[in-house]
Amino acid sequence: MSVETASIGAVGESIKRKEDGRFIRGRGNYVDDITLPGMLHMAILRSPVAHARIRSVDTSRAAAVPGVVAVVTGELMAQHKLAWMPTLSGDTEAVLATDKVRFQGQEVAAVVAESKYIAEDAVGLIDVDYDVLPAVVTPQQALDAGAPVIRDDKHEQTDNHIYHWEAGDKAATDAAFARASRVVTLSTHYPRCHPAPLETCGIVADVNPATGKATIYLTSQAPHAHRTLFAIVAGLPEQMIRIVSPDLGGGFGNKVPIYPGYVVATAASLLLGRPVKWIEDRTENLISTGFARDYHMTGELALDDTGKMLALRVKLLSDNGAFFADAQPTKFKAGLFHIVTGSYDIGAAHIVADGAYTNKAPGGVAYRCSFRVTEASYLIERLVENAAVELDKDPAEIRLHNFIPPEAFPYHSATGWEYDSGDYPTALKLALDKIGYEELRREQAAKRARGELMGIGIASFTEVVGAGKGSEYDIAGLRMFDSAELRVHPTGKAVLKLGVKSQGQGHETTFAQIVAEELGIPASDVEVQEGDTDHTPYGLGTYASRSTPVAGAATAVVCRKLRAKARSLAAHLFEASEEDIEWERGRFYVKGSPDQVKTIQDVAFAAYTNLPEGMEAGLEGVTYYDPPNMTFPYGTYVVVVDIDKGTGEVKVRRVVAVDDCGVRINPMIVEGQICGGLTEGYGIAFMELITFDEDGNCIGSNFMDYLIPTAWETPNFEMHATVTPSPHHPLGAKGVGESATVGSPAAYVNAVIDALSPHGITNIDMPVTSDKVWAALRSAGVDE
Amino acid sequence: MFPARFDYVAPRTLDEALTLLHQHGDEAKVLAGGQSLIPLLKLRLASPSLLIDIGRVPAMAGISGDNRTLLIGARTRHADIEADTSLASRCPLVADAVRLISDPLVRNMGTAGGSVCHADPAGDWGSVMLALGAEFVARSQSGERTMPAADFFLGPFTTALRPDEIMTEIRIPISQGRASGTYLKLERKVGDFATVGVAVQVEMDNGHVARAGIALTAVASTNVRATAAEQSLAGQVLSDAAITSAARLAAEAAEPKDDIRGSAAYKKDVVRVFVQRGLRTARERAEVQR
Amino acid sequence: MKVTVTVNGTERSADVEPRVLLVDFLRTNLGLTGTHVGCDTTSCGACAVLLDGRPVKSCTVLAAQADGCALRTVEGLADGANLHPVQDGFHQEHGLQCGYCTPGMMLVAAALLEHNPNPSESEIRWAISGQICRCTGYVNIVKAIRHAAARMAEQQQVPAVTEPAAAAAGGR
Repeated sequence: MSVETASIGAVGESIKRKEDGRFIRGRGNYVDDITLPGMLHMAILRSPVAHARIRSVDTSRAAAVPGVVAVVTGELMAQHKLAWMPTLSGDTEAVLATDKVRFQGQEVAAVVAESKYIAEDAVGLIDVDYDVLPAVVTPQQALDAGAPVIRDDKHEQTDNHIYHWEAGDKAATDAAFARASRVVTLSTHYPRCHPAPLETCGIVADVNPATGKATIYLTSQAPHAHRTLFAIVAGLPEQMIRIVSPDLGGGFGNKVPIYPGYVVATAASLLLGRPVKWIEDRTENLISTGFARDYHMTGELALDDTGKMLALRVKLLSDNGAFFADAQPTKFKAGLFHIVTGSYDIGAAHIVADGAYTNKAPGGVAYRCSFRVTEASYLIERLVENAAVELDKDPAEIRLHNFIPPEAFPYHSATGWEYDSGDYPTALKLALDKIGYEELRREQAAKRARGELMGIGIASFTEVVGAGKGSEYDIAGLRMFDSAELRVHPTGKAVLKLGVKSQGQGHETTFAQIVAEELGIPASDVEVQEGDTDHTPYGLGTYASRSTPVAGAATAVVCRKLRAKARSLAAHLFEASEEDIEWERGRFYVKGSPDQVKTIQDVAFAAYTNLPEGMEAGLEGVTYYDPPNMTFPYGTYVVVVDIDKGTGEVKVRRVVAVDDCGVRINPMIVEGQICGGLTEGYGIAFMELITFDEDGNCIGSNFMDYLIPTAWETPNFEMHATVTPSPHHPLGAKGVGESATVGSPAAYVNAVIDALSPHGITNIDMPVTSDKVWAALRSAGVDE
Repeated sequence: MFPARFDYVAPRTLDEALTLLHQHGDEAKVLAGGQSLIPLLKLRLASPSLLIDIGRVPAMAGISGDNRTLLIGARTRHADIEADTSLASRCPLVADAVRLISDPLVRNMGTAGGSVCHADPAGDWGSVMLALGAEFVARSQSGERTMPAADFFLGPFTTALRPDEIMTEIRIPISQGRASGTYLKLERKVGDFATVGVAVQVEMDNGHVARAGIALTAVASTNVRATAAEQSLAGQVLSDAAITSAARLAAEAAEPKDDIRGSAAYKKDVVRVFVQRGLRTARERAEVQR
Repeated sequence: MKVTVTVNGTERSADVEPRVLLVDFLRTNLGLTGTHVGCDTTSCGACAVLLDGRPVKSCTVLAAQADGCALRTVEGLADGANLHPVQDGFHQEHGLQCGYCTPGMMLVAAALLEHNPNPSESEIRWAISGQICRCTGYVNIVKAIRHAAARMAEQQQVPAVTEPAAAAAGGR
């Protein structure tokens, strides 16, 4: 960094991350790194089958193992009214099974022991007698008449149907379809995948028997909301619960829900009076905690002769698993899927969504996605590709022909959104220019003539992120605002406390930069604190790309509050009238005398040492920010692939990404987010998959089967930006954490389809594995 | 995910290890690098009462031999084979294959002999050894014996090694004429087991195939030779037509199963494609020799 | 059984069951929590440490196997207050986000640079192909390792040869 006064790490500077120091020295503090005196270890027994009635659970052999302190069963939990807990979608979920097991991997019992090795030994000695029932493994099966009722615990539930939800205007949509000259249809399954952060979920529950205070170290993306839910679930007084979410080894949505293991460990600590640690192994993580997607989608796009989109009709069927545990705002049963019109000016749209119980793990978290936006973006961008194929148009041209024009913002979509800002043609044209689109099309034509398979895929996505506003959006009834509390100390150094929680996004740096921007206190002088509910203001947490749009706005607003007080203090120090005080970043001066300044540090000192009559001491404040609207980041991704006709292997040759997330606070961190998202998008498009056999056995239950790309498979990424500020965000920022996972899967798949469509192949469901490509090629008569 | 309890000994000599193995028989497992065994222990799919760690036995590691035979000590780590730059010309099939075994970190710990003895039908070394016509040397208290690779793999995770024997060495014959080979592996990502693997070795004599070795990975209950394909090439000029026909015969020899990696039909076809590509590579390499 | 190792230059011992994994020995018995567990199945490399100088996955090595060996963990990368060039590279090039894979990535990078001081992009990607990073997309990890290579070359006053940034990525 320059020694000049200029660089304080304000908005727009790619300063190095403040949090790196501890991580590169191996001094991060993750939940599993926490060891408390007298701490016990817990292991969980899980159901080996997908659907069975439990006849009996015999814990005697397990309890006899030396070193075992307790064996917890559903029956014991039921005695404490903790056998069931609420989900984030208002359903109930078993903590430890009492009546039936409803998915393979469901929690049945737990052992608490002096070491984790002993706990695992003893888990193997619990004898459960299962009466195996037929398993329901697809939502289509689930909705068949006569399908076994999975949720027979719920008296009102007589089938496996969970919800029916509609958005948009059916009549207007039907009318537009009636006058369409062309309808393009795509049915696709967005497969079940998993956020699979490298750190699994875990807890150290420490209920102090002397004070009754429960200190819970938790892998939590939303510690405040979790405290409230713990209070409700466990019946503990909320002031006696302290959730500490320390360093998190990634989250991507996986650490939003409360899992049964957390409840059992906390109950065990309460009952035993000793701290209890439970850390999932990878299989537990993959087979039981929040999966994502598993969405069956049929889209119909109505077009006129020129390729102009007239209307969109969508039918959805979600596979929610055994408990409806989607993390999403209460009134939106398909999340924010109604962003499905995407970047296009489509006059009418209608969406019908239904959900079904199956004998599969519950979850429905948004894996790096703002509540089903990923599925929506995938569907529209795949439909546009297929429309281009069917109408024999260039996929770039058809997009340019249908984009919402820049002058149409704020734009009201057919499904009820008000898009804040955007310039879609510019982003697309930049991406085409950077990848050398025309030249690639020429190369492709030459290769096609030689029988080689090369494809160019485009996706021009628009996201909706940054929930709330609070009157519309909630999680489990809690309004989706967020908060920032700023204290400036006498020496001008500051502590910023937030209600959100970084999982690697670099909050300690980005949010310090907002303070630097707004108050002129160098980012290096601002410590950002998160994750400890006793010491930070209430907030809804970090997911759905909401930290920058919501907590970032809260930080800017609280800084501005403090700046107003600082102005009064400066007037006092100058013995001038407040109206005569000018502000430039980091300093005040009296109009006409810009050389005589009081720095923000001078003023902070005065706030504790030299106050005007009647003013409260101190320079601190708190803001709870309720966003007036969502933000709408967008971009265009272009992917080039080459396909091996012999094996069906797809090699991604190039990826160009143009993102517009509004104002970039730390461009280095923003690009890091995009790069990571492009890689997860690559994984989802080509290899990440959780599937089940006909008996409901999970395939994809460890990292040998749930495939995550390494540096070797992952392509290089070329990133570019346009900047269209959000008009309603104090800094003009929109949020970026999820753009690339939302936008890129369609670009990858479109590239494959672009290569194969001359052979009549117009769809391959994700993951696009080499065997599927091979099968499509051979059916089309293409051979090596 | 932790192993169940076991006892552990780390003998300092092979004789000591053989004595322990003789005493404990089936109850004991020999631990070399552990990259196959330890995962089984953690999953509790294996629960021996005793582990005999041969990691401290000084012999049995390293690459040696002469211009007729390549000797690989059973305890030689994959990474040490990978690092031996002489193999690219001495035995390109081995050099190609070793880079595709698991991942770089596993190759630092895992051993060639351990992998062969584990006899996973999706393991790569087995096919390499079959294609090369290798021999395995085993020792027990009653002495030493040599087994051809072709007789070694009896079933999934089952070999001709007796419970009291330890493999000590792999012997690979080096052809005196123009010869070459390669290994092709279809894997879903680095570190994955093969969807299909194909080892190909051809030894030429005056423009004709003197010996062809073709062996397949992950398409049968063991690593398996494609005998009909091998025989179809014997004495032939390695023409495109001969290659195409051998590739078809090899695909017919494969008996893969449908699974998450793909259908049986897919795997058979990849065998065909890989044998074709592998034979062409071997032909090119053999032609440019010397 | 008693296991004695020299970890980051210091001899340490503990009594453990033979079944104890090296990663647990480091984390639980020696208190070195910089080495992480990510997958349990030898797939992710979050547990990577250097065993006699070679990167291995410590979730698939018994502590007993390491008896008498030299280990290097992330805690031993820096020389007091001086960061190892690899650590500096990860900081300068934003080679980490959540930090969970970072210790293993840095150790493998350090081992790579010891025998290949100027690796190409593809050699770097190859060297770390046994490891998973869920956050960075690897692009900045590759840059971080190249940054470290350049710094080490400067320190030894050997001019570093730089490869164009857009060099081919993975793929065999």
